[in-house]
Amino acid sequence: MKPIAEVRSKTVVLPTRDIDTDQIIAARFLTTTSREGLGENLFFDLRFDSDGSAKTDFPLNKPEATGCRILVAGKNFGCGSSREHAPWALLDYGFQAVISTEIADIFRNNALKNGLLPVVVDAATHRWLLDNPGAEISIDVARATVTLPTGAEVEFPIENFARYCLVEGVDQLGFLRQQIQDIERFEETRNWKP
Amino acid sequence: MRPSDRSRKQPVSTPTTLFEKVWSEHVVVPETIDTPAVLYIDLHIIHEVTTPQAFSTLRAAGLPVRRTDLTLATMDHSTPTTPVTSLKDLAVVGESAANQIRQMQQNCEDFGIDLLGFGSEHRGIVHVIGPELGATQPGKTIVCGDSHSSTHGAFGALAFGIGTTEVGHVLATQCLLQRRPKTLAVTVNGRLPAGVGAKDIVLAIIGKIGVDGGTGHVIEYRGDAITALDMESRMTICNMSIEAGARAGMIAPDETTIAYLHGRPRAPRGADWDAAVERWSVLQTDEGAAFDKSVHLDAGSLQPMVTFGTNPGMVIGIEDTVPDGGDDPSFRKALDYMRVESGKPMTDYAVDVVFVGSCTNGRLSDIEEAARVLEGRRVAPGVRMLVVPGSEQVKKAAESRGLDRIIVEAGAEWREAGCSMCIGMNGDIAQPGQLSVSTSNRNFEGRQGIGARTVLASPATAAASAVAGRVADPRKLT
Repeated sequence: MKPIAEVRSKTVVLPTRDIDTDQIIAARFLTTTSREGLGENLFFDLRFDSDGSAKTDFPLNKPEATGCRILVAGKNFGCGSSREHAPWALLDYGFQAVISTEIADIFRNNALKNGLLPVVVDAATHRWLLDNPGAEISIDVARATVTLPTGAEVEFPIENFARYCLVEGVDQLGFLRQQIQDIERFEETRNWKP
Repeated sequence: MRPSDRSRKQPVSTPTTLFEKVWSEHVVVPETIDTPAVLYIDLHIIHEVTTPQAFSTLRAAGLPVRRTDLTLATMDHSTPTTPVTSLKDLAVVGESAANQIRQMQQNCEDFGIDLLGFGSEHRGIVHVIGPELGATQPGKTIVCGDSHSSTHGAFGALAFGIGTTEVGHVLATQCLLQRRPKTLAVTVNGRLPAGVGAKDIVLAIIGKIGVDGGTGHVIEYRGDAITALDMESRMTICNMSIEAGARAGMIAPDETTIAYLHGRPRAPRGADWDAAVERWSVLQTDEGAAFDKSVHLDAGSLQPMVTFGTNPGMVIGIEDTVPDGGDDPSFRKALDYMRVESGKPMTDYAVDVVFVGSCTNGRLSDIEEAARVLEGRRVAPGVRMLVVPGSEQVKKAAESRGLDRIIVEAGAEWREAGCSMCIGMNGDIAQPGQLSVSTSNRNFEGRQGIGARTVLASPATAAASAVAGRVADPRKLT
């Protein structure tokens, strides 16, 4: 994974609550055996009509959304299915961070493992972001802060190890494999075998 | 952690929860402020949809699968529910899904994993076959690249869904990096009224705590209404823990659990069985152990539950009317999608499709529940009803009881085992705008097909709706 120090971008706002991973990437696109190319199917049924034409009122389809790398979403973003295709699709589309007041557990884990920042902010900051789509903001990963154009700086929670891996570009599988002696010892000495 | 630390028993004076007991027994390296725990995984269940990229990672790094003996592989999500006797029969699911299935077969062959694939009498939905084989056992840690892994918690296992990167971690090391979640006690007491079952209980729980009520937590379901349930009903409850946002759901093992597991193909035998039963007997929350949160529900006041919106928390009793969401735009959007109105009961709405199946309600008792309703009745004209067993074993058992005949005679379709219309990856879908009463777990927009409107319900409610041609109360069927 490439190290990520900062994300600076305008925001695109999707205020709906409980956006599940089926909406992020529908199951019919999960027959792929690759991580690549899922961006074109991101939010497919929200972005396109049944005849394939773009829905002009959908926030991602508006001209000002072009190039936005930060998605501001309603509460409980990424709930439902554990499909990692959801963060893969968001990243492939060009997003680098998702901001909400709450982000579902499995989606957050999957996002962190792929370098997509899940950022949980307080209700007041969230309200400001919902009310100001297109605001240019910056996210400092090492300091775990979001800076608004007003100058306000807001901290967000991030698990220490995940932050370290993002900032240093550490591969978690590599870290886990370094624990192999402890794993072997555990297997040998546990008092029952699965 | 050194072995001497691991074998040290908790002092009697510190009461702990069921979750904490299972968690602490699997900690290979304890968590610190800077690093998560290394948690050992006893059973890894894999399927064709969430593993190809993980196998690619192993291939690129030249890594083997560390414990093929702790890896249980099958194919369920994108498989056809029509018979497969050769690879040509995969054509019905499309080239991309067929390719994924072929790749699963290749990956299992290359990495030395036994695959319960086509032709195996044990193939089926990941969360149906684990318990059925007796591979799911109390006190185990169980993961799968599927969020409904919480199902296995019905046995007192700690079981949760993971993403594909983590599937790779488990394949390569048999471990995961995990922070310890919080605990939520959901206590259900009282006697269930007739015609009300496990699906209604869990939908009522999600309605009460919301689709994010369990976020960051492992639920333990407790109370006399839970202990009175058989194992298949307990699985239905734990299955939908994720729909409340919870990491996992657990129920303490008891005589019912032990009786279910005894004699199953992968359950311990002989002296190993006796030792296992003794080990399982301590797997319960101690008197006085603290949970981070608690919720109570009265089973006696429940009625059959049906969803009206686009997530499982938008749920009401069959006798109730759709609530008024005020000016909440997300609520309004859900009602618009579902084409239902505040103030009306769900029984006002006509049904196009009925689906009985899935890891939530695709077991023998679920098929029986639906068949009891269908016996001597007909599926209403214009309604398509699909009954899909959760596994080859469920199919066989249902057929040996003549349930398939009842289902077919009523005018419903009796299919081959798989996830089918729960996720709609294999071509089993509802058409745009159709209303589907489904025993599955998710009524998300488009889940059962583009524009499909899903109403989640129990097998009895689903079958009653098929007969009535509209959403129906199974207690009132004439």
